[in-house]
Amino acid sequence: MSGWPRFRAVADHALLVSFGDEISDAVSAEVLALDRALQDTPPGGVTECIPAMVNLLIDFDPLETDHAQLQRSVEGLLGRPLDERLQPTERVVEVCYDPDLAPDLTAVAETTGLSPDEVIEAHLSGDYQVRMYGFAPGYAYMSGVPKALRVPRKPAAVREVPAGSVIIAGGQCLVTTLTMPTGWSVIGRSPTRILTDDAEHPFLFDVGDRVRFVRVARAALAAERSDG
Amino acid sequence: MAEARLRVEAAGPHVSFQDAGRFGWMRYGVPASGPMDRVAHTAASLALGQPAGATAVEVSMGGLTLSCRAGVVSVAVCGGGFQCDHDGTRLEGWSVMRLDAGQTLTVRAGGWGSWCYLAVAGEIVCDRWLGHSATHAASGLGGGRIAAGQEIVVTDARVCEDREGALPAPRPLASPLRLAAVAGPQEALFESGALDLFTGEMFEVSPAFDRMGLRLEGPRLATQDALSIPSEPLLRGAVQVAGDGVASVLLADHQTTGGYPKIATLLSTETDRLAQARPGDRLRFELVEPDEAVRRVRKALSERRALLDEIAVPRGTFSQRLLSSNLISGVTNGEPGAG
Repeated sequence: MSGWPRFRAVADHALLVSFGDEISDAVSAEVLALDRALQDTPPGGVTECIPAMVNLLIDFDPLETDHAQLQRSVEGLLGRPLDERLQPTERVVEVCYDPDLAPDLTAVAETTGLSPDEVIEAHLSGDYQVRMYGFAPGYAYMSGVPKALRVPRKPAAVREVPAGSVIIAGGQCLVTTLTMPTGWSVIGRSPTRILTDDAEHPFLFDVGDRVRFVRVARAALAAERSDG
Repeated sequence: MAEARLRVEAAGPHVSFQDAGRFGWMRYGVPASGPMDRVAHTAASLALGQPAGATAVEVSMGGLTLSCRAGVVSVAVCGGGFQCDHDGTRLEGWSVMRLDAGQTLTVRAGGWGSWCYLAVAGEIVCDRWLGHSATHAASGLGGGRIAAGQEIVVTDARVCEDREGALPAPRPLASPLRLAAVAGPQEALFESGALDLFTGEMFEVSPAFDRMGLRLEGPRLATQDALSIPSEPLLRGAVQVAGDGVASVLLADHQTTGGYPKIATLLSTETDRLAQARPGDRLRFELVEPDEAVRRVRKALSERRALLDEIAVPRGTFSQRLLSSNLISGVTNGEPGAG
């Protein structure tokens, strides 16, 4: 791992700390460890940290600190042992795979050579981890789609994909929170709220959380939605 | 408690409620949103003696017409060269006026600028998300978009006569508009010569301009096979280049992560000026080193503070102003040789 992490100044108010060029569990673990250390002991002037696939962006107030000073503080945090800092929380997300809620399930089955039931089994068997948020509020990108289930993005995005759609592309899965366009394959619908409406914990996942999908009947979907 | 009710008679697209923005949520995919031009937004509130981050109405080039249905309230209009029609009287923007029941106020685009802010002396009643009224346009989360027919309710409505009148206004944007940026973080993934094109050639604001950002017209900035970098965090001011070599600058409602390479990132104080540009306006980019960027931003923030401090000072009631001008002219006239 020589040459890593790398530090890059971004504009007047941010520092990008990268741990590798390619996505891997090891790189992700380093991103998460620094993220946790920064939350436990935020250096002066830091306003927020954004963890992503291979790097972490630290935003700061340029009236309080600068890139060089912040880099020194971060280097000090990197020396710390990892010990108990990474204890990922497991979150459970419910999915209903009824055909009308899973418009791309058949196409995914055709592409992968699996039956629709095998697609569902494969999806439920994945070991998912939230790697970053992006695209829109609450869109949590999870790694962990089993190899047998990996399909490319569609050539063009589909509009008006409903909130709560469970979508996959390549090795990634996410549960949409808004009605937005997507080029990913829609394989189910979830009643689990990612935007929780809980002021103390407004997003279900933190980056680094493990996620397990469980299958539910349509009745659960209707019950949950009527709560909101 | 005094209440004023303002009916929206007409509103262009992209007119919305905005407070200063919801900071600290980018790790959950949530950009700060808030005003496209933070200086004008702050000025409008301070001109009324309101807190700097108070909820105001962001008006797009499509304009806004309000009629006061009940109550009375002072309002401030600040942003670009926008103009007002206050119940038949034409006023320049950057002024404070009183809106009585039965009166109508139209805010419309003037000689320059794309965004303008209407603040009220009182509190606007609207939805909040994560504690803020800043509207994220794509989701509608926050105070929300403003449309004709709706009513804006202002609680604790006040009249501040000592603040009425014209405010110090900024000069129009220069042409070309010069914007400072720091290279990268992915300038190394572009073809050699791309940075020279970026700083040496003229760019233009294209019509593809909304709260998420604006697309530029100008030289193509070719990347070297860099279209599949792992998605990484994005900031307001990032100049990202898509596969076709076309550069875009991200603004208030930007996505928080993305996989396109960034050739440069604008200094934080430059994005407010850029947001006031219009399609067709010409831009030139300049690259500075990170330490120089910090120095420039500190200086720009101090100048910004001086302008806002001036705007925050009440100019006095009409009778106070009359009195002070009489005193001054009296002294002047009394001096030997004067006049």
